[in-house]
Amino acid sequence: MSETPQELRYTDTHEWARTEPDGTVCVGISDFAQDALGDVVFIELPETGTEVAAGAEVAVIESVKAASDIYSPVSGEIVRVNDQLTDAPDLVNSEPYEGGWIFVVQPLSDDPNADLLTADQYQEFCETDSNEH
Amino acid sequence: MKTALYENHVRLDAQLVDFAGWQMPMRYSSTIDEHHAVRKHVGMFDVSHMLTVDFEGPQSTLFLRKLLASDVNKLSKDGQALYTVMLNERGGIIDDLIVYRLHETSFRIVFNAGVADTDLEWVTSWQQTTAYSVSITPRRDLSIIAVQGPNALQTVVELLDCPQLISVQPFTAILHNELFIGRTGYTGEDGVEIVCPNADAPKFWNRLLDAGALPCGLGARDTLRLEAGMNLNGQDMTPDHTPYECALSWVLDLEPSRDFVGQTALEETNRHGIATKLTGIVLQGGVMRSGYEVQSNAGLGTITSGSFSPTLGYSIALARIPRTSTGECSVLIRNKHKAGRIVRPPFVRHGEKVHK
Repeated sequence: MSETPQELRYTDTHEWARTEPDGTVCVGISDFAQDALGDVVFIELPETGTEVAAGAEVAVIESVKAASDIYSPVSGEIVRVNDQLTDAPDLVNSEPYEGGWIFVVQPLSDDPNADLLTADQYQEFCETDSNEH
Repeated sequence: MKTALYENHVRLDAQLVDFAGWQMPMRYSSTIDEHHAVRKHVGMFDVSHMLTVDFEGPQSTLFLRKLLASDVNKLSKDGQALYTVMLNERGGIIDDLIVYRLHETSFRIVFNAGVADTDLEWVTSWQQTTAYSVSITPRRDLSIIAVQGPNALQTVVELLDCPQLISVQPFTAILHNELFIGRTGYTGEDGVEIVCPNADAPKFWNRLLDAGALPCGLGARDTLRLEAGMNLNGQDMTPDHTPYECALSWVLDLEPSRDFVGQTALEETNRHGIATKLTGIVLQGGVMRSGYEVQSNAGLGTITSGSFSPTLGYSIALARIPRTSTGECSVLIRNKHKAGRIVRPPFVRHGEKVHK
């Protein structure tokens, strides 16, 4: 059973979002997603300073099996990326919610979580999603 | 469809995928761990979705000399095997396969799962056309387990108490009780492929598991064969491509008296010259996938199989590109040109990098 920390928010494209004390939003992919993808072997990171809209393709994760797009959960500007993933992309598998974070967005909105799923909603979504497959 | 080992896969919590209509394990844990197990120790694969077919009768040699691009007359002893292709009349590849000589008048062929029905129809219709005295028996009553890796032989020898297996040459099979054991595989490592009755397969799988063979899925099977520079039917070779365009001209036995299916077309193709070749590409900073476009010094081509090499730590691929292409090339990965290099496969042999 995959982990879905309660304090995070989620998207229906399997990203998680954590609002930091400074108001920025840290983004990664869920435990459910990393398990479905399998071994992550390469990550194409966005450039800092890029303006992104919620739902826009921001990064690409390559597993052994396939390439998957990563979408920004919120609109704003990319202010940090996790350079560690260049040499250790497998952090996405081993620590999806910690060392495997992918990028940080300075959100435009004061309430970036407004349109995101809670942990319970996301879990329910995953159960439906996996039953369909 | 399910193989006789389906319940074993479920119990091992495999991620199951549909492959040519079969519910097959993609991976049990991590594809990379499974890959390394085969390169360094021993892994095992359920390949029972492939179809074993027996050919028996006084004219079985004549029949297979007609149907296969290599000459089965070269198999001088029982148990000997060879890798070859079955062609259509245009010289295109219907399937690649291993044919084993069982006895003087009987042979065993293993067809790929994706084309097993097509193959069976093809050989059956040719049997009717030629009227050769040969019976064709598909063996869905048999399972196949591939045990591969530097420790594979030792593991099987000890488990089955079968010391004679050690001296069995590559591309040779022996019979041991109910088992048909061929020293063949699709990983570039030493190992065996074991054909056994479906009823015995689940128990035999569990014994191999207890003996230390790590279950491996289709994911690892693909990265292993790609590192070894082996083609995948339907991807690197198709009915529209001749062996010349699939780096397989070495299997052809064009002895004029043979007249095998596709031979005339191949000779014709050869006279006109062959425009493309299937070769390797290595690339860092991205992962090549089937269908991606390649720009070489001699023109455009296409990746036919691409993945990440767990042994090498970068992306490797097979690509069909203009015959004279060499050196640096560029691969279009999601609208970005990435620098790659054309190399001659295999990429890895016995766990070590071999491409230049």
